[in-house]
Amino acid sequence: MINFQYTRATDIPDAIRQIAADPAAKFIAGGTNLIDLMKDDVERPSRLIDISRLPLKTIEETPGGGVLIGALVPNSDLAYHPLIEQRYPLLSNSILSGASQQLRNMASTGGNLLQRTRCSYFYDTVTPCNKREPGSGCSAINGINRGHAILGTSEACIATHPSDMCVVLAALEAKVHVAGPAGSRVIPFADFHRLPGDTPHLDTNLHKHEIVTGVELPKKGFETNYSYLKIRDRLSYAFALTSVAAALELDGDTIKDARLAVGGVAHKPWRDTAAEAGLIGQRVQQAAFIDASNLLLREAKGYSHNAFKVGLAHRAIVRTLSQAARATPQSQSVKTIR
Amino acid sequence: MAPTTTTEKVRQTVAAPEKFPVSLFVNGAEQNLMVAPWTTLLDALRDHLDLTGTKKGCDHGQCGACTVLVDGRRINSCLTLAIMKDGAKVTTIEGLATDGVLHPLQQAFIDHDAFQCGYCTSGQICSAAGLIAEGKAKTADEIRELMSGNICRCGAYPNIVAAIQQAMDQ
Repeated sequence: MINFQYTRATDIPDAIRQIAADPAAKFIAGGTNLIDLMKDDVERPSRLIDISRLPLKTIEETPGGGVLIGALVPNSDLAYHPLIEQRYPLLSNSILSGASQQLRNMASTGGNLLQRTRCSYFYDTVTPCNKREPGSGCSAINGINRGHAILGTSEACIATHPSDMCVVLAALEAKVHVAGPAGSRVIPFADFHRLPGDTPHLDTNLHKHEIVTGVELPKKGFETNYSYLKIRDRLSYAFALTSVAAALELDGDTIKDARLAVGGVAHKPWRDTAAEAGLIGQRVQQAAFIDASNLLLREAKGYSHNAFKVGLAHRAIVRTLSQAARATPQSQSVKTIR
Repeated sequence: MAPTTTTEKVRQTVAAPEKFPVSLFVNGAEQNLMVAPWTTLLDALRDHLDLTGTKKGCDHGQCGACTVLVDGRRINSCLTLAIMKDGAKVTTIEGLATDGVLHPLQQAFIDHDAFQCGYCTSGQICSAAGLIAEGKAKTADEIRELMSGNICRCGAYPNIVAAIQQAMDQ
């Protein structure tokens, strides 16, 4: 870890002023990803601007019937908040499927959105990586790429976004509240993260010096028919090989509304509105789920070590949709998949 | 005069690390330290306060050996900067026993032989103390899931779960 300066932000405008004054500075909130990256010399900030004491720690209902989550709400507090457990259990489930309780106690909501990929080449500073060092090349594309992306990849980068929470935020159509030198704005979740293209060093569409202040959930939480199924190399405390967030609104056995997003397969949470639209109006049956999965995975492409992910994702999507339809969500403590 | 040796160049270009005052309430006692910004809470506890019961395992938040309670919540002290926790209450393994009587978790780990080499144990016990305070785990499956941030490479897991169940029932 390199030496760096440390300052505290007194309020949001002060945080924006401080980051604008030092282009090599970084905000720190929970620090669970940033400190780790700094220890590996992947991140080398000149200064850490501590935003952890800013008043962004509340979870409040919005006038429109949704919920606004402060950017500094710890992941564990969010997962266990009564409003979230009751109205957005899919979100609770996804959070509890990720990391460990110690990390969830530290990690912030905003930081979860901004965490970097866990691609081992991104972490290994002696290997080329376009995300870490633009133009240096991608070591994963012909390397050990078992955990890498199968959708939306580019010649420059096949890294995945590691978050579980973000998969559900994409499915639920959350919005990201940000503030910056030019004022505040709201970014639809689908537009927050980027595909790698030829600029994989950019994970998000945040403008320079912007800070995430909150995440807004819409009114609709799909609290009856939902499931989050995460497949990984060990039963707990591992990143997803593939994960699926499925949410349905049923009228009898007819699907009135559907949400479907997949994690661990792309540079951003992979939500497919065409696959969702194909489910609407269908009766609850395996064939409809298979069609939806085939549509979502239509452009999936495996690399030397991760081709298995295409079939794995397909089976996981079909299973998660059937769990949601049966209203028997995947347990995050009993890992048997039914 | 121009610098002649590498050592002199380094002396001229790299300033001595600036240190900042930090107050921590560790195991009930106020501790005033001077730390560099990059000193982790783990290093502050071990190297500045000689509280070596908290272990450095992976130093990357993957093993849980460094688990301590900060303001009552279990966290990885290796991924926490001491300077960010100015004013916080920290409980380490050294602070769990009271008046010479072992904490119920410490006694339960002995009763159930819940360790072999012992290196992960202080982190396991602090993590379990946090788990019990959270009140979310009721079943063995839930204990296993919510203790998954603590790795035991000796594989004492069944005994660790049994020890935590004993302490939870007290």
